[in-house]
Amino acid sequence: MKRILLHTVLIFIAVITLIPFLWMISASFMFDGHASVFPPRFIPDQFTLMQYERLFERLSIAQNFINSLVLSLLVTVISLAFNSMAGYAFAKYKIKGKNKLFNLLISSMIIPAQVTMLPLFLMLKWMGFINTYMAIIIPGLANIFGIFLIRQYCISIPDSLIEAARIDGANDFLIYRKIILPLLTPVLATLAIFTFLGTWNDFLWPLIVMTDDSMYTLPVALANLMLEHTKDPELMMAGSVVTILPVIIVFLALQKYYMKGIMMGSVKE
Amino acid sequence: MKANNIKTVIFFLAPAVSAIFIFFFIPVIAAFIISFTDFDIYTLGDLSTLRFIGFDNYSKLLNDELFWTSLENTFYFVVVAGPLSIAVSLSAALLLNSKLTKFKSLFRLAYFLPVVTTLVAVAIVWRFIYHPNFGILNFFLGLVGINPIDWLGDPFWAMPSIIILAVWKNFGYNMIIFIAGLQNIPDELYEAADIEGASALQKFRHITLPMLAPTTIFVSIITMIGYFQLFAEPYVMTQGGPLNKTLSIVQYMYQEGFRWWNMGYSASIAFVLFVIIFIGTLIQFRIQKINK
Repeated sequence: MKRILLHTVLIFIAVITLIPFLWMISASFMFDGHASVFPPRFIPDQFTLMQYERLFERLSIAQNFINSLVLSLLVTVISLAFNSMAGYAFAKYKIKGKNKLFNLLISSMIIPAQVTMLPLFLMLKWMGFINTYMAIIIPGLANIFGIFLIRQYCISIPDSLIEAARIDGANDFLIYRKIILPLLTPVLATLAIFTFLGTWNDFLWPLIVMTDDSMYTLPVALANLMLEHTKDPELMMAGSVVTILPVIIVFLALQKYYMKGIMMGSVKE
Repeated sequence: MKANNIKTVIFFLAPAVSAIFIFFFIPVIAAFIISFTDFDIYTLGDLSTLRFIGFDNYSKLLNDELFWTSLENTFYFVVVAGPLSIAVSLSAALLLNSKLTKFKSLFRLAYFLPVVTTLVAVAIVWRFIYHPNFGILNFFLGLVGINPIDWLGDPFWAMPSIIILAVWKNFGYNMIIFIAGLQNIPDELYEAADIEGASALQKFRHITLPMLAPTTIFVSIITMIGYFQLFAEPYVMTQGGPLNKTLSIVQYMYQEGFRWWNMGYSASIAFVLFVIIFIGTLIQFRIQKINK
């Protein structure tokens, strides 16, 4: 009896979390106006791909898709390289002032990104980077949370491993590349999925720095489309599917690493 | 470790640390300076028109009704959505952590899905779910006899609508942290309580909650910081309306800075946000210390 009640509640919550997605997918396959009826339709009365055709042919959402994909990949790869080098150095090298620097970085995590946005915008404008990929790549080059995550993981790598390689004559960079990086694979996967999804889903910053339709990332293009199509749920749902689907695929593929990352991040103190 | 060649260390640290200094720390300082200037659209064209005006931006904020409205709305959002999110997260974690639960990973996945999805896209989906005539929410509520509500159009309901979306979108994240916290509580504590004949409620109050206290503080700090930065939901669903009832601090900062190019004024709004978040975090750390 207790078991049935428990599972009824569990299923009820699952229905609430999933219904918006199911309705979104369903409405995206409907003809114009077919999602604006009462009582609502949960399954398309006539199946059509016209909303997707409109998105890709008339509204060139393919370009926005490419922008999002290329930017998310670039930011992920570059920041992974930068963060892993710094995280490794913070964990395994002893130099004066290192801990002070690390603590400064950690305590500055409390500063909300919005504070930096105005000067950063001006800097990028003077550098001529507004409305280019650089405007999104530059603030994403490195991030403090990533350095922190890598450092925590590096600390658990035994020093003897590094010493042994050094005795064999390996230089520092070779040690980092051939020994450290392979050992870091799990935490790199965690950080990669965080960074990729973070860049893909980001809205405020791309909204500020991208000024042409053709440079918009998907969320900005979608928000913009919404302004003109407030009465076209079918089209907007197709746009949402195109935006959400890649994220869900990446997440499902790397789920394990994502969950681990949340727990690693939560044992800060 | 030996052989700490300073050049090597610099080689490893320089790319990330210099990027953070140039593109994070310098902008923070610059924003602080800009907030004491009259940086506006003319300054963008000609830097020589920039003037230092002391605390004028900040004193102007005190008399700016729209700013107070945005502050009030954001606090409303944080104070209601924050605890509500945490309560839902904890409940879901308790349900999933029960020994009776089957298909745990499947449920966990379903609950977590909204967390990873693009906020702008789900805000758009919810905008249609909230539609007064055709939305599925009013349809389901109609089935249990509740009259249609103009969720996003009614000044009273607009903010609660955004709160519901935020809780739905975010509860899965803290749920994962709570599950990890629950699994760290030793079983012996519950066994000992069982021997003493404690009820389920007593065990929850005297074992689970105190043992989860550090987790709860952590979760409430990150939730609070995130929620003070409310922006995309009102931007997509209500544009701050109706009657400015969903205008948030960040949205006001965005409008002043990037729509009207009042960058000095906008920077002062950003700093007020920072100070609020800073104080909020301090208070929660203090609570944590007292509990210890």
